Amino acid sequence: MKYVDEFRNRRLIAKEASLIEAVVDRRWRFMEVCGTHTMSIFKFGLRQILPDDIELLSGPGCPVCVTPNSYLDKAIAIAGEKNVIVTTFGDMLRVPGSRSTLEIQKASGCDIRIVYSTTDALGIAEKNPAKEIVFLGVGFETTTPTVAQSIIMAKKAGIRNYSVLSAHKTMPEALESLADSGLNVDGFILPGHVSAITGIGPYRSLAGIHHKRCVVAGFEPLDILQSIAILVRQKPPKVEIQYKRIASAGGNRRARACIYRVFDKCDSVWRGIGNVADSGLKIKRAYSDFDAEARFRPKVSPPKENRSCRCGDVLKGLISPRECRLFAKACTPEHPVGACMVSGEGACAAYYRYGNRSLGVKV
Amino acid sequence: MDKITMAHGSGGKDMHELINSLMIKELDNGILRRRSDSAAFKTGAGEIAFTTDSYVVTPIIFPGGDIGSLAVHGTVNDLSVCGARPLYLSLALVIEEGLDRKVLERIVASIKNAAKKAGVQVIAGDTKVVGRGACDKIYINTSGIGRVFYRGLSVRSIRPQDAVIVSGGLGEHAVSVLSKREGINFGTEVLSDSAPLNGMIEKALKASRNIRFMRDPTRGGLATTLNEIAGGSGFGIALEEKDIPVSEGVRGACELLGFDPLYLACEGRALFITAPGDADKVLRALKSANFGRGARIIGKVTSGHKGKVYMRTNSGGLRLVDMLSGEQLPRIC
Repeated sequence: MKYVDEFRNRRLIAKEASLIEAVVDRRWRFMEVCGTHTMSIFKFGLRQILPDDIELLSGPGCPVCVTPNSYLDKAIAIAGEKNVIVTTFGDMLRVPGSRSTLEIQKASGCDIRIVYSTTDALGIAEKNPAKEIVFLGVGFETTTPTVAQSIIMAKKAGIRNYSVLSAHKTMPEALESLADSGLNVDGFILPGHVSAITGIGPYRSLAGIHHKRCVVAGFEPLDILQSIAILVRQKPPKVEIQYKRIASAGGNRRARACIYRVFDKCDSVWRGIGNVADSGLKIKRAYSDFDAEARFRPKVSPPKENRSCRCGDVLKGLISPRECRLFAKACTPEHPVGACMVSGEGACAAYYRYGNRSLGVKV
Repeated sequence: MDKITMAHGSGGKDMHELINSLMIKELDNGILRRRSDSAAFKTGAGEIAFTTDSYVVTPIIFPGGDIGSLAVHGTVNDLSVCGARPLYLSLALVIEEGLDRKVLERIVASIKNAAKKAGVQVIAGDTKVVGRGACDKIYINTSGIGRVFYRGLSVRSIRPQDAVIVSGGLGEHAVSVLSKREGINFGTEVLSDSAPLNGMIEKALKASRNIRFMRDPTRGGLATTLNEIAGGSGFGIALEEKDIPVSEGVRGACELLGFDPLYLACEGRALFITAPGDADKVLRALKSANFGRGARIIGKVTSGHKGKVYMRTNSGGLRLVDMLSGEQLPRIC
């Protein structure tokens, strides 16, 4: 496939790996922030290609994984209301809430539908004027503009039966909070698509104040190796862009304008990390007709967490999934306890699916 | 209270767990216990293979086929991979009130056509109509019987160094169907690979006496089928990603939706495990047959990594290829 195969070329990848090997003279710890990076690293077997001294930690950049139980509980409560169709991206279905999952509620008769975009959700709203269509707005700067746009479009077109339950989050504040808490890494492999929207401005303090090396990285194997090669050479710490074919220093102003036309910044709870100031997005008052929280006022009991689940420590880069007692025992992709095992982008799911010690796969 | 979810029908781990812990446990007998695609049993007139399958695909008409042709191909293929020559099918229709007669006529014409091409006859049938909403347009069940002409196919005959061959590109059926589902519409030219494989399989079986085992990788895809084979044989299976045939259309759809083609259903592909010395012979026979032109040797059986399937990736790394768990769900970003 054009523009993909070039970035998976075995010869170029081996060459890049030997360039890294030539420079590395000590142990390095980097956090790959985005879940898509984690999956790519496993799917292409990059850990065996990299020198042993490069240690990679998974970060909090999987939107499903950082969505707290309380959000799922609200979504489930709304799905149980009469005449409601809940629309969602597919990987939310099996994420455990405090007491149930959307998948179980769907099997019990709730109308919950998987969509691939907010346009599909709006289409369902137009086709079902007698029903309330609620879209589960989960995701970072990459997906938020499309959700904001759907609200703008719904208002313009007079679609009154559409609303969004927002758990949108912004990435730079979460990384800043991890760095503040003393995260022991040399640098960050920054999410390519989030950064294509934010630009590099919001990450400057990671380099300037926290002295972390930073690179905005693409998702193909060659992108990731090139990014690591940039990090081990970087002096002094700064924010560089490897993913130049998509991301720029200034980011996407129009997409940001779209987000902040509909959303205001707010505090937000991240699974495992807790409350992070200014890291969330709530729907502005001008668009409150489209805010599912305001429309349904879902009543839920206080969220219950499984105390043995260490998703939080995984998301903070404190432990590897294998160090969790539940991993591959009580917690598997069929019966996930924590969100990191459910999501296709989750660190635990990646370790479970692709990491097998007997293959000599380093995990 | 436990509920049956869509994951229990996806062909992956949940379904296996359900079948083993409920159906096989409760209905246990020697033939069922073999868990073969078709059940083989001896009669006075020789060994007979028997199988059944229900078809609930949505949409009922998709690029490259429809639920009628699919219902014939699926059952014909389940008999064929067990070394049987398909002879007769039964046909049971469950129709939703309100279905256009024209649509039903098209489906029956498609069944007629597919049966003719596969050389089988429909000799028994049943028709039921249920109220609106009690089923989704039409469900079809076909059962089939065939005469076993190639004996000894078994996972237990698999040996290290055996070759793994697939008869064509992966995932074309799944992508063709997905591309027409409501809420997912995306432009693609991919046609379903749904096809009767009895002719192709007979050619391969004539070419070699050393085919150990065959399967058609339907639900759960190649990865799930190979995991079953690895588990049953007690050996490992090593794949080479560069040798696995996946069309550009399927790759594009997978990149877009976050799917892995190794887990996508095929309805006109077969997987062969053969003795290493006969691999080229089998490959040539497949390539000379209809529906086998895209055949490739994709890996081999290994004595190490027992019960596991693993793959050398295009990038030069190594990864585990696990069984499908849950449905493959579209991702967020």
